[in-house]
Amino acid sequence: MIQTFFNIEIIAAAWPIVLSGLLNTILLSLIVVPLGLFGGLILALLASVKNPLVRWPLMAWVDFFRAFPPLVLLILLFAGLPFAGLELGGFACVAIAFFLNTGAYYGEIFRAGIDSVPAGQVEAGRSTGLSRLQAMGYIVLPQAVRNVLPDLLSNTLEVVKLTSLGSVVAVPELLYQARQAQSLTYNPTPIVVAAIIYFLMLWPLVRLLSRLENRALAGRR
Amino acid sequence: MSTWDRFVDTFFNGKVMLKYLPDILSGMVVTIELAVLIVLSGLAAGLALALVRSLAIRPLNWLIIFIVDLFRSLPPLVIIVLMYFGLPYAEISPSGFVSTWLSLAFVLMAFSEEIFWAGITSVHKGQWEASRSTGLSFGQTLINVVLPQALRLTIPPLTNRTIAITKGTALGTVVAVTEILGEASSAVSNSYNPSPLMMGAAAYLVLFLPVVVLARRLETKFAWKR
Amino acid sequence: MTKPIVDARAIHKHFGALHVLKGVDLRVAERELVFVIGPSGSGKSTLLRCLNRLEEPSSGSIVVDGIDMLDPRTDINHARQRIGMVFQSFNLYPHMTALGNVTLALRKVAGKSRAEADRLGHAALERVGLADRAEHTPGQLSGGQQQRVAIARSIALEPRVMLFDEPTSALDPELVGSVLEVMRSLRESGMTMIVVSHEMGFARNAADRVVFMDDGLIVEQGPPAAIFETPTHERTRAFIGQIQRH
Ligand SMILES: Nc1ncnc2c1ncn2[C@@H]1O[C@H](COP(=O)(O)OP(=O)(O)OP(=O)(O)O)[C@@H](O)[C@H]1O
Ligand SMILES: [Mg+2]
Repeated sequence: MIQTFFNIEIIAAAWPIVLSGLLNTILLSLIVVPLGLFGGLILALLASVKNPLVRWPLMAWVDFFRAFPPLVLLILLFAGLPFAGLELGGFACVAIAFFLNTGAYYGEIFRAGIDSVPAGQVEAGRSTGLSRLQAMGYIVLPQAVRNVLPDLLSNTLEVVKLTSLGSVVAVPELLYQARQAQSLTYNPTPIVVAAIIYFLMLWPLVRLLSRLENRALAGRR
Repeated sequence: MSTWDRFVDTFFNGKVMLKYLPDILSGMVVTIELAVLIVLSGLAAGLALALVRSLAIRPLNWLIIFIVDLFRSLPPLVIIVLMYFGLPYAEISPSGFVSTWLSLAFVLMAFSEEIFWAGITSVHKGQWEASRSTGLSFGQTLINVVLPQALRLTIPPLTNRTIAITKGTALGTVVAVTEILGEASSAVSNSYNPSPLMMGAAAYLVLFLPVVVLARRLETKFAWKR
Repeated sequence: MTKPIVDARAIHKHFGALHVLKGVDLRVAERELVFVIGPSGSGKSTLLRCLNRLEEPSSGSIVVDGIDMLDPRTDINHARQRIGMVFQSFNLYPHMTALGNVTLALRKVAGKSRAEADRLGHAALERVGLADRAEHTPGQLSGGQQQRVAIARSIALEPRVMLFDEPTSALDPELVGSVLEVMRSLRESGMTMIVVSHEMGFARNAADRVVFMDDGLIVEQGPPAAIFETPTHERTRAFIGQIQRH
């Protein structure tokens, strides 16, 4: 059994391929997470304009992407856009799809955070002469982020895991490389190794999250 | 033909759409079957684990926490691939459907256990004491007093998580499940036209958008006043 | 004393290294009202909670109404029905109505039908003066009303003994009276009661005996007048002096 699923020789042979996949996964995450955070922040700032004409379309936008499986979005870009004469390549498609999808999720989280800051905070800031934007930047956002930090981290965990979808459009990230190695060696060890790498990489974050979440829920009694 | 007409003819081609509509519909049936199976088994297993955890048997709890952490850390697609392409080496060959179902059910089990557990522990100790002092047993207290309060607290995070995980049924296409995305993709390569993909996208919206909207309403309804 | 209804002997309780009860003996006669006072942390709550085994005593023996509470063969859930307990923080179930709170144990432990449980529940609510609040949830009741529902929850089971752990400490001053009123009428109906409280006025005119605890031990006990006017122990005197200055 161990010979089949955790074969040392195959690990040695597949290691360079798997390692390059890991590096690409990290790279992809480093691009996609800030992109999503940025998109989400923009959405939330727009939604903080308490005008229903702005707020409702934004809500619809967010709900649209909450309902839309990210893989479908990715395939739509990857396989659909070429028909419109636009060939973007897997990496760019992943970046755009995630910008849209995770941006919506981050946006929803930021919005909840901003809503959780009492209106009196802005009024206090404005009363000392801060502009709207200054009040938002110096007073509301720092509190908002602190209030929803567990949700932000939890979504970031999901985004990193989601980068594995890149394998479907031939982006050479960890899962893709592991499957390449598997088909070269006729052995599942590379996929097992990839799974272990994902686990070791994300476990600390999961531990931290489960402590934060427990505390958050207990505080809501 | 104007650009617009060409666009419509490419992406919303009526003939192609009509031809592949039955495929997309049968894909929807598979997606719904998968989704229902995942939700039922995932939530039931998650609740069961949380209840076992409340018995506070040390080694058992460590095991539960490890399993939960494992399935929270691994990307669902990795689990699916591991099951579908890995298990056959051990002479077990689950179908794509079963691989997708079990993988996502495990993931939902892990996430929901964590949420159920947080709900149970957030019920005040005094509730346990009051109930036990009137003679209710541990199990009776759990079911009649603690769970109703815990579940209420867990509804918003639970619905959001359940939707996010259930959307993962689209991942089944990687292991040849003929759900919506799978049907749409093969229709695209057969017809050299992206219209089926647009139909597939619409099908997902038809299925999941009402759930998302409902979840938003639940969230407001069950939000606890601070 | 005739055969006591509560007979606790040599109760010790450790929380890890902390020795909280250091050999407490407490015997309570039927229909007696025993009032327990003592500084914070002296072990009053722990003693009460040992009596119905919400807390497991480290050693000692407890017999309530002829039932050996520490015997592993004792059906503890059944025994607990005979020992009512009222908490400082009410601990009403927020997801049930007042009637639901009162009838839960009647149905689940005493095995009464819903109709019978409802009838007994209404009667219990009547006794605490809340007949008209049966369908209210705890969130719709004042603190004093909530505590009276909690008392009804206990008396509906027709307990032989009632334990009160600071039942009025969480209440606004103007709501204290209604709860004490209910306790007084319970006493008049002959209920055996052990009360931990700071309501010295109530102790003076309702208690048969006052027990002073300090540092995990009963230091001194006797009729209210004796304990309040002429305490013999230095620690009792200091404590009484302290609370009377307030
Ligand atoms: N579950 C527990 N674990 C550890 N220590 C405990 C626990 N319960 C009580 N204690 C400790 O036991 C001691 C006695 O507590 P207890 O609640 O019985 O005091 P008390 O006389 O009721 O005080 P108060 O008037 O403040 O209610 C305290 O030092 C307390 O910190
Ligand atoms: Mg106490």
